Amino acid sequence: MTIENTLTRQDFVSDQDVRWCPGCGDYAILSQVQKLFPALGIPKENFLIISGIGCSSRFPYYMDTYGFHSIHGRAPALASGAKIANPDLSVWVVTGDGDAMSIGGNHLIHVLRRNIDMNILMFNNRIYGLTKGQYSPTSEVGKITKSTPMGSLDYPFNPPQLALGASGTFIARTIDREQKHMGPILEEAHKHKGTSFVEIYQNCNIFNDGAFSDLTEKETKAETQLVLEQGEPMIFGAEKNKGLILDGSNFKVVKLGSHYTADDILNHDKEDKNLAMLLSEITYNPELPVPIGILYQETKTTYEDMMTNQIEEAKQKNESANLEKLFSGTNSWIVD
Amino acid sequence: MSTVKKNISEVDGATIRFAGDSGDGMQLTGSQFSDNTAIFGNDLATLPDFPAEIRAPKGSLAGVSSFQLQFSNKDIHTPGDDLDVLVAMNPAGLKVHLGDLKDNGMLIINTANFTSKNIKLAGYDDNPLDGNSLDGYQVIKVDMTKLVATALEDLGLSSKLKARSTNMFALGLLYWLYGRSLDSSINFIQKKFAKAPDIVEANLKALNSGYYYGETLEVIKTTYRVNKAKFEKGKYRNIMGNNALALGLLTAAQRSELDLYYGGYPITPASDILHYLAQYKSFGVKTFQAEDEIAGVVSAIGAAFAGNLAITATSGPGVALKSEALGLAVSTELPLVLVNVQRGGPSTGLPTKTEQSDLNQAIYGRNGEAPMVVLAAATPSDCFIMAYESCRIALKYMIPVILLSDGYIANGSEPWKIPDINTLPKIETRIQKMKEGYAPYNHSNPDLARPWALPGTPGMEHRVGGLEKWEETGHVSYDPENHQKMVELRQRKVDIIAKDIAPAKVFGKESGDLLVIGWGGTHGAIRSAVETAQDKGMTVSHLHLRHLNPFPKNLGELLVKFHKVMIAELNLGQLSTIIRSKFLVDAVSLNKVQGKPFTQTEVYNKITKLVKGI
Repeated sequence: MTIENTLTRQDFVSDQDVRWCPGCGDYAILSQVQKLFPALGIPKENFLIISGIGCSSRFPYYMDTYGFHSIHGRAPALASGAKIANPDLSVWVVTGDGDAMSIGGNHLIHVLRRNIDMNILMFNNRIYGLTKGQYSPTSEVGKITKSTPMGSLDYPFNPPQLALGASGTFIARTIDREQKHMGPILEEAHKHKGTSFVEIYQNCNIFNDGAFSDLTEKETKAETQLVLEQGEPMIFGAEKNKGLILDGSNFKVVKLGSHYTADDILNHDKEDKNLAMLLSEITYNPELPVPIGILYQETKTTYEDMMTNQIEEAKQKNESANLEKLFSGTNSWIVD
Repeated sequence: MSTVKKNISEVDGATIRFAGDSGDGMQLTGSQFSDNTAIFGNDLATLPDFPAEIRAPKGSLAGVSSFQLQFSNKDIHTPGDDLDVLVAMNPAGLKVHLGDLKDNGMLIINTANFTSKNIKLAGYDDNPLDGNSLDGYQVIKVDMTKLVATALEDLGLSSKLKARSTNMFALGLLYWLYGRSLDSSINFIQKKFAKAPDIVEANLKALNSGYYYGETLEVIKTTYRVNKAKFEKGKYRNIMGNNALALGLLTAAQRSELDLYYGGYPITPASDILHYLAQYKSFGVKTFQAEDEIAGVVSAIGAAFAGNLAITATSGPGVALKSEALGLAVSTELPLVLVNVQRGGPSTGLPTKTEQSDLNQAIYGRNGEAPMVVLAAATPSDCFIMAYESCRIALKYMIPVILLSDGYIANGSEPWKIPDINTLPKIETRIQKMKEGYAPYNHSNPDLARPWALPGTPGMEHRVGGLEKWEETGHVSYDPENHQKMVELRQRKVDIIAKDIAPAKVFGKESGDLLVIGWGGTHGAIRSAVETAQDKGMTVSHLHLRHLNPFPKNLGELLVKFHKVMIAELNLGQLSTIIRSKFLVDAVSLNKVQGKPFTQTEVYNKITKLVKGI
């Protein structure tokens, strides 16, 4: 249902004090969501925000919408039930790298493959914040933390690649500090019918400060970020003089100038799954710029639509269905 | 071959058992005989027993599958203790079950499977059909497989497919033995194999061959008649516990005008509840086969928050996985029904066998003070009423409810008097419509139920979660006094329900020498044993608890009216411990953990011992 837009940002600010650490990247995300919601043309009461456990998962308390702060890792499962129960709701899941990729990994991959219409915002700070600084499933190998004084041993998950592998139909990445980038990405996630997975790089200034500073500092970000635009060549650099081409089946950075022109550079096509696979592969490759934007999008019928159709079909086939008939079954008898 | 006139003997009832390999179709044979018996008008109770493996090694003792039923012209409560008739389709079936056959009982054997290999697999040194080890029984040896093959000679089926109809031969023979019509099974076969006419023909021919074999040959001299039992007027059908349970849930959804949401993960012996509900899509039922047990219950909590009647069903190991989420349901005070169809534990335990060892888990099995309402169904048909009752309580009191069933009543069946839907109690919900005066954690009503404000309702946006909340506002609170208040409130929410459940009622006198208490699927064995004891002049009464948390209000008063209290349960004394600690009664336990229900004899013997000891 679309309504005339009379809502403002203030309508989505709850009366609870926000208790994240000063300087936390979560503030920026909260602010973008509060700015976005009134612009979506959805009645306020139809928003439902569901979270798991972790710093990011306090999010629902700060939004004046229906909200559910569930248990560790289970937000996608809870959201699935709520959306199936009432498909009219606009369902948003707020989760973190530990919540979504570690304890809740199973639910995340299954909601992605089912393509239930919801928006999953995964705040990735590559650290456990609420438990005070242990490495997470997205921390780089060798991470020194309280639980890994000699460095972590496990190889990290690559979130967009995991989402692709789980048949996600909308996979995007943005950064807490890139407010202008984040807003439109969240809006696209909302518009997408199906499960939208948005990885948001987020700085934890207490336990993992500067984890993404290369991507966010003025001096470096033009060289390290690749801003994806549909149909546009994948060009980056402070002077917009670098681009990606294919060298065999791998990306290669080339300089624009005498040898290469913009026409030689690969255009981004978010519907190309092979390209999305290559883009997601970049995550931990220091030789290549980190892509932000919509890596992949695909149109696929949602789980809840198929369920509604099955129910309608069953109702049409059994118009005369009633409890009495069902009770009697096929072998009843009368005692008089 | 001439037809010989045979004797017909009228008996009050009989207990029969079909036993064979897992692949011999014993469950189907048994359930067909049960349906036929029900339609004929006997009272009946069944006990299917099968291995956890889908196809255990052929011919092995571990692979034996059996189906027992007792039928009678009287009101009966159990599938019977000792057998009047045992049908053994192979040596392993004979070996496992012969011990339960009465002296001079009838033993019908398919000799075709008594090959030297099968005889060895069953652990016999020599063929038990030779020698004199079966002398104390009426042994009927029939080469069923060969007779079926001959009857199906004209059909273009492989010999393997032909042999698959052998169970229908056995069924036909039993129908003849008890003077039954073949109609119900003929209809069944025609419907079941409608797409394969040659299979229909094979099964019908095998069924008829079995029947005519009995009629034509002289091997069985006497046939039996069990007259109809006296039932109250009404419409009946035979029903299994899991089926009745699914219907109870559906009825509750229809009566409360809510959509039914079921989130669950396949697990023995609860999966059938999902299977049944999945067939009810024309009633708007939504079934979600989740990725794991946790997602099953958590998705149901999400559906409850969004306004559906939310259900999940599982067995013990699944409940263990769901425990954290149950705490969340307690804390968020949402209506939720969790069904635990208990099986033998701990861990994977005995997946296909029955036990009642999850009572402690249901009552205590969560972190923190997290009390839940706990109910238990007593018989297959009682599963309908108790499922309905569980939904009623969950919705009226905004509280999660655990309903305990068990493998025995889930798979067992009995005649069910089809209820008039309009006579079922009304189901209230707490759906909040008025914005004025709304607060998410307002508990000012006498039932201590908080309002159910559904997402999509303007002006009632609120947040819930597992963190402690301020009463009234529902905001997060770490306040010490408030926590005490909320913990006590959640306990009172359970306790208060005692006023709204049926008072405990004993079967028999309200005072006397001995009160036998049971709960769940032990109902039949206890009732039969108590009836026998009463007939013999003992002042023994039976109390069967269906509400285990809270207990009925009058339970304490009842207990002190008897000299002795005995608690019979299929665990090491879980209810017993609770009752002893709560009421300071010196209850005596009768316990059994063999994956099997009590026999009435076991209960009766204990009763006699206790009464004589007074």
